[in-house]
Amino acid sequence: MRRHSALTFFVLSLALALAGCGRGSSAPAVPPVQVDGSSTVFPITEAMAEEFQNANPGHRVTIGVSGTGGGFKKLCAGEVAIAGASRPIKKPEIEACARAGVEFIELPIAYDGLVIAVNPTNDWAESMTVAELKSVWSPEAQGNIERWSQVRPGWPDSPIRLFGAGVDSGTYDYFTQAVVGKEHTSRGDYTSSEDDNVLVKGVAGDKQALGFFGYAYYKSNPQRMKAVAIDDGNPANGTGPIMPTPDTVRDGTYQPLSRPIFIYVARPEADRPEVIAFVDFYMTHGALLVDEVGYIPLPADAYARVKNRFTRRATGSVFAKGGSQVGMTIEKLLEAEDAP
Amino acid sequence: MKGRVEARERWIETVLMACGGVSVLTTLGILAVLVFEVGAFFMEVSPAQLLLDTQWTPLFADKHYGIWPLVMGTVMTSTIAIAVALPFGLLSAIYLSELASPSVRRWLKPLLEVLAGVPTIVYGFFALTVLTPILQLIVPDLAGFNALSPGIVMGVMIIPLIGSLSEDALHSVPNSLREASLALGATRLATIWRVVVPAARSGIAAAVTLAVSRAIGETMIVAIAAGQEPRFTADPRVPIATMTAYIVQVSMGDVPAGTLEYRTLFVVGAGLFSMTLVMNLISQRFARRFRDTL
Repeated sequence: MRRHSALTFFVLSLALALAGCGRGSSAPAVPPVQVDGSSTVFPITEAMAEEFQNANPGHRVTIGVSGTGGGFKKLCAGEVAIAGASRPIKKPEIEACARAGVEFIELPIAYDGLVIAVNPTNDWAESMTVAELKSVWSPEAQGNIERWSQVRPGWPDSPIRLFGAGVDSGTYDYFTQAVVGKEHTSRGDYTSSEDDNVLVKGVAGDKQALGFFGYAYYKSNPQRMKAVAIDDGNPANGTGPIMPTPDTVRDGTYQPLSRPIFIYVARPEADRPEVIAFVDFYMTHGALLVDEVGYIPLPADAYARVKNRFTRRATGSVFAKGGSQVGMTIEKLLEAEDAP
Repeated sequence: MKGRVEARERWIETVLMACGGVSVLTTLGILAVLVFEVGAFFMEVSPAQLLLDTQWTPLFADKHYGIWPLVMGTVMTSTIAIAVALPFGLLSAIYLSELASPSVRRWLKPLLEVLAGVPTIVYGFFALTVLTPILQLIVPDLAGFNALSPGIVMGVMIIPLIGSLSEDALHSVPNSLREASLALGATRLATIWRVVVPAARSGIAAAVTLAVSRAIGETMIVAIAAGQEPRFTADPRVPIATMTAYIVQVSMGDVPAGTLEYRTLFVVGAGLFSMTLVMNLISQRFARRFRDTL
């Protein structure tokens, strides 16, 4: 009998608990705005979401980080409203979206300079040419280029340890396009991660390290690493090696490693009031928050122009060829985005 | 009345059998998936490419499918872990079983077992952010990601596993053996090393093999602190990748199902599965021998 009463008690309390759940949430239930995609864009969206939720109680923004490719996949599957992307959408992805019947709106939100970084105790690699970078990262280097002295005669005869974005990341696609010359192609024997913090950690902890990642991760860890000036051998956009700074990224002299980053909004989701509110917020506060998290904002009038693109619900990508395009300056991009 | 009791007995029996069946069926299901995907993998890649190459770069432009860098990573971190865990685990077991007074044992044993309850992600970050910087002061040229630090931390994690199982083995050595040894004039230390530990050695060996398969399967610590670079090396100072870390890395990204890249996951998984299976079989054999000798 004792046992029975214990069981009854258990069942009763379970029922009460369940009933409690039903009543629990008293706030008005606004469906969350789901965002996923690039880890490069993540810090911006995170800051936006935080401010947005403060300004609009009851609204929620959930953010996943599955890489640019993963974000597009979810966008086209209708799983998320917005995908962050550190490169333009690629042709197969556009086709996948078309097959699923999901149109999208492409909105550039900021500029990023990919930083080539070394350990602060590295006293030899002040600058590198794009050709040297290519010799390190091309597929032919795999198992061959293992020492600093092989990159430039005179550099120490010590092992070079490489840290870079993983193959699912838009940063990887852009970097390989800009440096190796072919998108999604590089050596495979390096420490790769979709999480830029892992790469920062690797470069900060290893004297022999050479790594690359988004500008924000460099800016927020200035004592833990040193940026390498990059010489693209093209005097038309600045002579000699050029350091990544907001100015050199903005004026297009830090080439070929400056690139626009985006959010993509699924067209069907762009009719939900909370999604519209979030995108509006994104464009209104873009300049301030983008700078705060360490990226390079678009020029002052640009966010209004991009917002206009959203208001018009202009679908499709201006990167007709699809995929990363090197040398896309802010002005050229905005002109393309403005075209009807 | 009797019929009702019998019916209930049968019902309980069925439920219990179903519970056991769940784990058997799960294992069979896992095996079936592994065999299917590995079979598909070998349609495209020959076993020679898997076993005779020393580079593992299936996700990159120049594809190599040599599994040895991952196996080396796993073997190296596990070896370091066992090298740490065996002496500490065994000595603490000896202390708890043979030397500690019952009151000390009562609070010390649970305390030791707390180590096993720490989430592995905590161990992972401990290795990466605390132990590695300390080791860098001592070990020259130690990279920020390396096999040494996670190996040591993993060893600390499995101390309680070895300690607790060995302690059980030592504890079940009959007292008559100890008494006989002491009666013959052996010191307490000699009794422990020459009589009790040898009598329990199969049980200790079973504990160690279980610990090895735990180390082989450990994922979080090595994924966080060992780096993710498959490298064919026996140098514990540089970044490496273990089999488990590779699986984590790839399954976190978005490799499309059904591709060759996706199938590499299952090939590595099958390798892990067979390694731990062998270790568990060895462990069972030791355990059986231990029961027989007592």
